[in-house]
Amino acid sequence: MTVTFLMDGKEVTAQDGQTLLDVARENGIEIPTICFHEATTANAVCRICVVEVEGMRTLQPSCIVKAATNMKVQTRSEKVVRARKTILEMLSATMDLSEAADIQAMMKEYGARDERFPDAVRRESDIKDDNPMYIRDYSKCLLCWRCVQVCADDAQFTYAINFEGRGYETQIGTFFDKAIPQTTCVLCGQCVGVCPTGALKPKREFLLEKGKTPAEISVMNTGRKQRKPR
Amino acid sequence: MIKPDRITTTTCPYCGVGCTLQLHVKDDFIYKVTSPFDSPVNHGNLCVKGRFGYDFVYHPKRVTTPLVRRYLLEGKPKPEGREQVYAISVDGKPIPDSQISNDWDWVETDWGTALNFVADNLVRIYKRDGSDAMAVYCCAKATNEDNYLLQKMYRALFRTNNVDHCTRLCHAGSVVALQQAVGSSAMSNTAGQVIMNDVFIVTGSNTSENHPIIALQMKEAVQKHGAKMIVVDPRRIDLVDMAEMWLPLKPGTNVPVFSAMAHVIVKENLVNWEFVKDRTENFDEFMESLEKFTPEYAEEISGVAAEDIRKAARMYAKAKNGAIYWGMGISQLSHGTASALALIHLAFLTGHVGRDGTGLNPLRGQNNVQGASDMGSMPFHYPGYMRVDNPENRAKWEKAWNIEEGGLNLKLGLTTTEILSNAHEGGIRALYIMGENPMMSEPNLNETRKHMTHLEFLVAQDIFINESGAFADVFLPATPFAEKDGTFSNTDRRVQRVRAAHKPRGQARPDWQIICDLALRIETRLGVSTAHWAYSNPEEILREMGSVNPDYAGITYERIDKVGLIYPVPTLDHPGTPTLFTESFPRGRGKFHPLDYVPVREEPDDEYPFILTTGRLLEHWHGGTMTRNSSLNEAYPEARVEIHPADAEIHGIRNNDPVKVQSRRGEIVVRATVTEKTTVGVVFLPWHFHEAAANLLTNDALDPQAKIPEFKACAVQVFPARESDLPNPDVVVERGRY
Amino acid sequence: MSEINLTPLKPAIEKYIPLGRSGLLPALHAAQKIYNWLPEEVASEIAKSLRVPLADVHGVIEFYSMYYNKPVGKKIIRVCTDQACALKNADGLLHHLCAHHGIEPHQTTEDLSLTIEPSPCLGICEQAPVALVDDQAETNISTDFHTYEVGTPRSIVDGTLRILTANCGNGPTSLEKYGKYAGLEKAQALGRLEVIEEVKASGLIGRGGAAFPTGIKGEGAERAIGDQKYVVCNADESEPGTFKDRVLLNDDPHRVIEGMCITAYAVGATKGYIYIRGEYPYIVPVLEHALSEAREAGYLGEHFDIEIRVGAGAYICGEETALFESIEGKRGFPRVKPPFPTTFGLFGEPTVINNVETLCNLPLIISEGAQGYRKFGTEKSPGPKLFCVSGDVAKPGLYEVSFGATMRELLDLAGGVANGRKLKAVLLGGAAGAFATEEHLDIKLTFEDLRAAGLPLGSGVVLVYDETRDMRDALHRIGHFFAHESCGKCYPCQMGTQRQMEILNRVAGGRVLEGDFVRLQDVGWTMTDASICGLGQTAASAVLSAMKLWPELFEVKS
Repeated sequence: MTVTFLMDGKEVTAQDGQTLLDVARENGIEIPTICFHEATTANAVCRICVVEVEGMRTLQPSCIVKAATNMKVQTRSEKVVRARKTILEMLSATMDLSEAADIQAMMKEYGARDERFPDAVRRESDIKDDNPMYIRDYSKCLLCWRCVQVCADDAQFTYAINFEGRGYETQIGTFFDKAIPQTTCVLCGQCVGVCPTGALKPKREFLLEKGKTPAEISVMNTGRKQRKPR
Repeated sequence: MIKPDRITTTTCPYCGVGCTLQLHVKDDFIYKVTSPFDSPVNHGNLCVKGRFGYDFVYHPKRVTTPLVRRYLLEGKPKPEGREQVYAISVDGKPIPDSQISNDWDWVETDWGTALNFVADNLVRIYKRDGSDAMAVYCCAKATNEDNYLLQKMYRALFRTNNVDHCTRLCHAGSVVALQQAVGSSAMSNTAGQVIMNDVFIVTGSNTSENHPIIALQMKEAVQKHGAKMIVVDPRRIDLVDMAEMWLPLKPGTNVPVFSAMAHVIVKENLVNWEFVKDRTENFDEFMESLEKFTPEYAEEISGVAAEDIRKAARMYAKAKNGAIYWGMGISQLSHGTASALALIHLAFLTGHVGRDGTGLNPLRGQNNVQGASDMGSMPFHYPGYMRVDNPENRAKWEKAWNIEEGGLNLKLGLTTTEILSNAHEGGIRALYIMGENPMMSEPNLNETRKHMTHLEFLVAQDIFINESGAFADVFLPATPFAEKDGTFSNTDRRVQRVRAAHKPRGQARPDWQIICDLALRIETRLGVSTAHWAYSNPEEILREMGSVNPDYAGITYERIDKVGLIYPVPTLDHPGTPTLFTESFPRGRGKFHPLDYVPVREEPDDEYPFILTTGRLLEHWHGGTMTRNSSLNEAYPEARVEIHPADAEIHGIRNNDPVKVQSRRGEIVVRATVTEKTTVGVVFLPWHFHEAAANLLTNDALDPQAKIPEFKACAVQVFPARESDLPNPDVVVERGRY
Repeated sequence: MSEINLTPLKPAIEKYIPLGRSGLLPALHAAQKIYNWLPEEVASEIAKSLRVPLADVHGVIEFYSMYYNKPVGKKIIRVCTDQACALKNADGLLHHLCAHHGIEPHQTTEDLSLTIEPSPCLGICEQAPVALVDDQAETNISTDFHTYEVGTPRSIVDGTLRILTANCGNGPTSLEKYGKYAGLEKAQALGRLEVIEEVKASGLIGRGGAAFPTGIKGEGAERAIGDQKYVVCNADESEPGTFKDRVLLNDDPHRVIEGMCITAYAVGATKGYIYIRGEYPYIVPVLEHALSEAREAGYLGEHFDIEIRVGAGAYICGEETALFESIEGKRGFPRVKPPFPTTFGLFGEPTVINNVETLCNLPLIISEGAQGYRKFGTEKSPGPKLFCVSGDVAKPGLYEVSFGATMRELLDLAGGVANGRKLKAVLLGGAAGAFATEEHLDIKLTFEDLRAAGLPLGSGVVLVYDETRDMRDALHRIGHFFAHESCGKCYPCQMGTQRQMEILNRVAGGRVLEGDFVRLQDVGWTMTDASICGLGQTAASAVLSAMKLWPELFEVKS
């Protein structure tokens, strides 16, 4: 079964059940995404992929909304652009996007300004370096949820991490903030593999960035002992 | 942010799953590993070893210069015995304060010198004592190409079939059983098909730790596809959390439990008679032997409730698609072959084999244990499982290797354990070990140690001086997976590429190049020029092997570039064979084998009241040559014995307490983990830790057919010990994952 | 670290173990009753017993503001500092209490005897200022803070009609007094499809705020295929300024239960839940008693039974899908819709979820018939309607009128603006609503008339500000409220509520920056257009209305 509808004024055909995002990409229409990842369940969290669908009161996330016959979709209406630009500006005022190249490019494209929100409280936290495999720098976390999802039912069924706090103060965390080795974490690093902003990073990459040489890094795992708990 | 110089796509060097890795390289240093989400086997998922465990490549202890013992270099006669030495002399100076004669010092040398010593000594011994004095351990971690060449060198040049590798120690029972019952010895279906099962049995496999990615697929099958999982295991392994049923059997009682399931299937007429009639033979004789295996009888022996056995049998038999996945808990027993046969019977009775989403699936342990076996790294088989005692097979390889007619040896070779136990005058005199570590992986290590010292000449080809290499006369520094090209064949028969991420460290050389160089030197000394040793790349090696082994005939590097191919691939246009036995079994009909219950060789008694079972940990790998020299060791730095809270209380043992675990063969001191993960009367030890080697305790009793040792059950006692008795009192694992 | 004795925990959570994850919130409540807070060992034991991953248990504890993973006082005083109470010097009350006990807000006394917290609206606006002290309300606290009423808050009910509120104002109504469930009996005589037809014909529109036709919901769930269907009563009344459901639940629980029974019968549901907000603990025993009466009378039983679930301090759980998640033992994250609850609701099954007041209309509709019901109200807004009138009026309280009354008429009922002052503004529909002024007083309070005027009916909040009030203070509280209550799931709301609060704080503090006006608008419209659920979509509603009415408040002072 196929459906035919209008996207940016152009007639497009889609398979039944195909998402608007998918249809757009097939038709060469660029819709930005942040939280969307091919290997995780789409949750429509970032709302950067929203589009305007005629007859709908609110903008619709194209990553999950399915194409339907006679839909009229605008992927870059004024409302859409305002939402995307504002979301990007709010992100920039919230967290460290220095390693999120895709988002920086989006900001440029949408004319989003870094300093749009002066005096904004930023989400900042110390780097958590509590295991031999990866570091967690939640100052760079934009809460795309991917790490929590792959730790759970999207991949690893390990459930070592979840959310702390809520609203703006939401952060990814472990049971009672325990160090990673003391959680159910299996150190698979699947979370690192899907992190879009460098908030989760392999330890050795982190050390290399800190200016350590490969030789220095190579001896680091040879002498460290763990202390016995009291 | 670091921009990689290049990203090399390759295959993981750890378990048999065969995950695709992308090595991110900067200045010839891998700083990150990712996996593409469209990777054929793992769909972008990795475990801790695959994603982070590659750093052994850069460990300062890695040896990248050829080493020889001082006595060789100085032209002295070999001193008596054999010493285990790890230290390397600096600038050729004697190692100071050594407790051992400086004649045993490791001294750095050049390749020519090292290889000449090897060639001289091997040829000397061969000329003196003949083929039966020569033996080689191939390597389940090395590539197909490496393995093919090493067995070729021994078979073609030394005319011996004393070729084996650690497959003997892991799945030999399964391999022999499958050979007897169906005539093949690999997984019948791919692991990815687990999501097509509606009922599946996991037994003797702690899949979450040993094949983590397959465990994910199992969990997915349960969580997202509604499959029912039956776990049959003495330990309350991670998978039990998602299982429909857990049958906690006493170690070594597989035959009664699975035979009782067969009994139920027959008695309740849940048999797929059409399958039994059309596809199997010897049912009647088998039926006779089955009579006594009532669920009640099995309960008495195994401790599994008869009702649970019935329920599990019904569930599996009534499944649309049923499958069995098993690991070493089946095969590493003195009746490992019988255990595997008991499983095979279940599939025969129900017809749960030969279709997608069913099957008999022994999960192969190592990255290339399947491939190494395929390559003929075994004493009874040439590549392609061609029996060495069959003159027709011999003729084929003689032709391929340019050997005179009748030149290859028809005599079956010795197995790994037998090779070492025959290390004495008139037996094995020279041993060549590529990448293996018998001083960790053999049972009853105190015996193994004696055998090692009885060898006249020992060569180690490895990346570290491990516990076995430390006994060698010459050490040849090879390259790890990240520095060589070739192929691995994973547990479900997928042949995939291995690609070098950067050039070898120091003077290290890829194994295949070392073997070719050495083979030419041996040929010179033997005054023959037979087999071909001049390859310009590893693909030529694989193609040579494929020209005789039909399973690999259609495999080229170009064809397997992206997603590999699942053999058999008989022709260049064949798409591969994910599901085996759809029409018939290689031996024609599947054969039922009458079984009897044989208890484990050493049962607990008053003196040694616990059953010790051994296994692996997620963070570690086998003898630890790689993982103990990696950040993985920081994640899990010590051996621990798991003991049930009820037993711990009786013995006054608390969590983290040091305890001595003692068997009739040896003792070790480790910390205790008091956990319900193990069952009452059973203690568990991982065998990765040299400082507390579980195999000092294990029993070297062998399965009579497969010659696999009984790693999974021996009798031990557990005593409280002192902190100071621990090998590393200041080390303690604090992990929450169990 | 002191040893935690887990012995009393096991019997307390035993009955929740068969519920699995769905038993998590009740188990945490039970544990907190024992330990006063939720220590790691306790959380861990609950996780193991209910087979919920540890990190998920922690995530749930962290989400709900009434769960504590650090020690708190034996007694907890929650002082409402929201709109209506703020007009009655709630800040002064909070500071007085803190000063008296020598702590700051959110702090606990050293002897762990007392914790004092400011709270979002406690739903007792007509008796402001109020506080919740453990399970008891303290209401009508005097200006010197010394006298107050304690216990279950009184019900102050009046209006031109007393139909829905017929039994309200005299404390809980027993089943004996309520009489038999005549509506339910008539419904059963009518047949399922006829009941749905009747409700559709009545034109009943949901009273929770989203204004969805109730009959259509029922029809959808009736047609949906599922192993098990559910009826859920949304009693998570948390919209600032709203207190009608509190009165209905406490004084006339059988009307709600009968409404649920009728719905269950019509759609074929066998299981129901009443999800009541954690800030109404004093109503829980009333409901429990009423349910047992209904069970005894045979209205509830194997064919259909109702379980009470108590929230734990999360406004978002009033959003229907977030409420489902909460019953399922998860953080109250709203789900993506579609699928809608009628096909994929609680536990993924077809579910009808209705507000308390909506449910209370059902016995009436069935008893009187759609035509009889339509005698009240207008063509498009039929029926009686409850309004929660509070703030600067002479007689704050719950007022029942026929749809069609104007705001002026309603204010007159409530005695007009208090102290003879003039009206500055009315907050209609709560924090998620909009401000109206004098010029809107003659608009009829119906769905259609308000929509035409660009105003929301919301949950029926009419919160009055007199001419002396500084609206910037109201706005800053609204900003704070949404920032505190955003679940954090979608970016527009998660960050937008924060940015909005920051700008409104500047507005309230007279520190407006160049560009704040446009900034606030962009944030507001982005939340309105792009948020995942009703919370985010309305988080800027009141602010944007204020920007239209009083643009000067948002200008840079020169």
